[in-house]
Amino acid sequence: MFLLKLLSRNALRHRLRTLLTILGITVAILAFGLLRTVVGAWYAGVNASSSARLITRNAVSLVFSLPIAYQERIRRIEGVAGVSYANWFGGIFINEKNFFPNFAIEPQSYLALYPEFVLDPDEKRAFILDRKGCAVGKKLADRFGWKVGDSVPLKGTIFPGNWEFVVRAIYTGAEKSTDESQFFFHWEYLNETLKKTIPRRADQAGVYIVGLKNPLSAAEVSLALDAVFKNSLAETMTETEKAFQLSFVSMTEAIVVAIRIVSFVVIIIIMIVVANTMAMTARERIGEYAIFKALGFRGYHIAGMIFGESLFIALTGGLTGILLTFPVARKFGEVMGAFLPVFQVDRMTLYLDIAFCFLVGVVAALFPTWRAVRIRVADGLRRIG
Amino acid sequence: MAVIAAQDIIVSLSSVSKSYRRGDQAVPVLDGISFDIVRGEFLALMGPSGSGKSTLLNLIAGIDTVDSGSIVVNGVDIASLGEADLARWRAANVGFIFQFYNLIPVLTAYENVELPLLLTPLSRRERREHVETALAVVSLQDRMEHHPSQLSGGQQQRVAIARAIVTDPAILVADEPTGDLDRVSAGEILGLMGRLNAEFGKTIIMVTHDPRAAEKAHIIRQLEKGVLNDVSA
Repeated sequence: MFLLKLLSRNALRHRLRTLLTILGITVAILAFGLLRTVVGAWYAGVNASSSARLITRNAVSLVFSLPIAYQERIRRIEGVAGVSYANWFGGIFINEKNFFPNFAIEPQSYLALYPEFVLDPDEKRAFILDRKGCAVGKKLADRFGWKVGDSVPLKGTIFPGNWEFVVRAIYTGAEKSTDESQFFFHWEYLNETLKKTIPRRADQAGVYIVGLKNPLSAAEVSLALDAVFKNSLAETMTETEKAFQLSFVSMTEAIVVAIRIVSFVVIIIIMIVVANTMAMTARERIGEYAIFKALGFRGYHIAGMIFGESLFIALTGGLTGILLTFPVARKFGEVMGAFLPVFQVDRMTLYLDIAFCFLVGVVAALFPTWRAVRIRVADGLRRIG
Repeated sequence: MAVIAAQDIIVSLSSVSKSYRRGDQAVPVLDGISFDIVRGEFLALMGPSGSGKSTLLNLIAGIDTVDSGSIVVNGVDIASLGEADLARWRAANVGFIFQFYNLIPVLTAYENVELPLLLTPLSRRERREHVETALAVVSLQDRMEHHPSQLSGGQQQRVAIARAIVTDPAILVADEPTGDLDRVSAGEILGLMGRLNAEFGKTIIMVTHDPRAAEKAHIIRQLEKGVLNDVSA
């Protein structure tokens, strides 16, 4: 009790210095938490991907599509539970700033393979029945204020023209990690329009989504599937959904690594700042520590005072930073929702935040404690006056 | 000359030598000092700056160690004690009074006086009794909740004296206790020390430059260049 009283009063002896140090730790922990959450959001698609799904694309490049006729041949392969397909549409709502991912899908088979997109049964039926209907994620609907029945125009980029859709369903995510910012519409609508405008691009699927009977058979099914289309005009490349998502992330791997490094550098910098504060503090109080020793206090008492004060400062700043991480991450997620649709502070980030607070507090106190404990009483007393 | 019984001797120094290192050189500070201090004595150590009087005081108080010789305080050869035992011994046997009071600025007068008691097994209530008694001895019961910065120099030194006596130690060591005080406050402090010696039987060893302060002592010992020169009573 006495020690706690002494710690808190000592910590507040130089209020401005302590306040600035606490503020520094708060900002560092906040920055660390946000940067880690950004990295987590980057991998959200990978983390949300299912091990029971494969993605089949053109072996040359994702830019090239696959004939729609492949669907039935894929369905017949041993171990395949279901097949669906989708095209990246790349439509723009009003202007480029309003970016969100939009896909042309075959609704029934696609939604069967993605149970994490939860739709109201009536809305789902309405979406399936309306060829110009679309299903949008809740976040996306909230972002633009869309309601069921609203008309949404998209300007085509990959598929030129002005496209009109009617919101028939608003889906929610079954998991926290489910992306609620996507826009789905009927592949048939796209295909029939293409047949009229650009017939050579009709009857093509961007990717096939293959549901597996047994997730453990992913490798065998992938090999078997690609073997079926070997030496055809459009050879396929099949991989797990996770590998498919990772291939996108790996394109920006350097940025992710840089963000990770910066997040740890921030912690190292604040560790040095707190160590400097504690070194100054201990140097100023070396005479007082000598008095404590003269009165019979031992080295571990002095160590307790310095470590305690250092931890008090680090934890006060750290906990404030952790508490601020949530509202700031929410705001950041809202602003960056189009690019980082799943922006959640995960538990591991919190554990690391707390661990780093302790680490900063302990490391910062090491050198000052070593000096204070080693000082001879007579030498320490000579420094007073 | 009166014969002094062995049990009346509280401090006994025998051939105590001490030197400090300055670079590669050893600078002798004390050279073969031997003398005894009788229980209940009020001793003043005088001498010019650098004569070794503070070093001698530190050695007797157990906050510095001898190069050679022995110091027996209250029957314990403190030169043979390890750091931990020496810390325990200091807490139980020595009360410190410093020139610059050396109070902890973030603690109140009460808390400063309570500090040495935190190392004892006393309960909170017992500690309170001891602290209040010590502060009453120095007439500062009404300033218990004041911080050092809210007290005058004389009052701060009285708090330091209360802290020195709160564990009821056998000896009090005072290093220039009036060196930072005005004449009136210095007189009060010396009066208080005299009272502690006369009424409470405390053995006091005081280092001072001030002849007026030394006058309050029973015995004055002069140190010069690490050697005890004379004794005046």
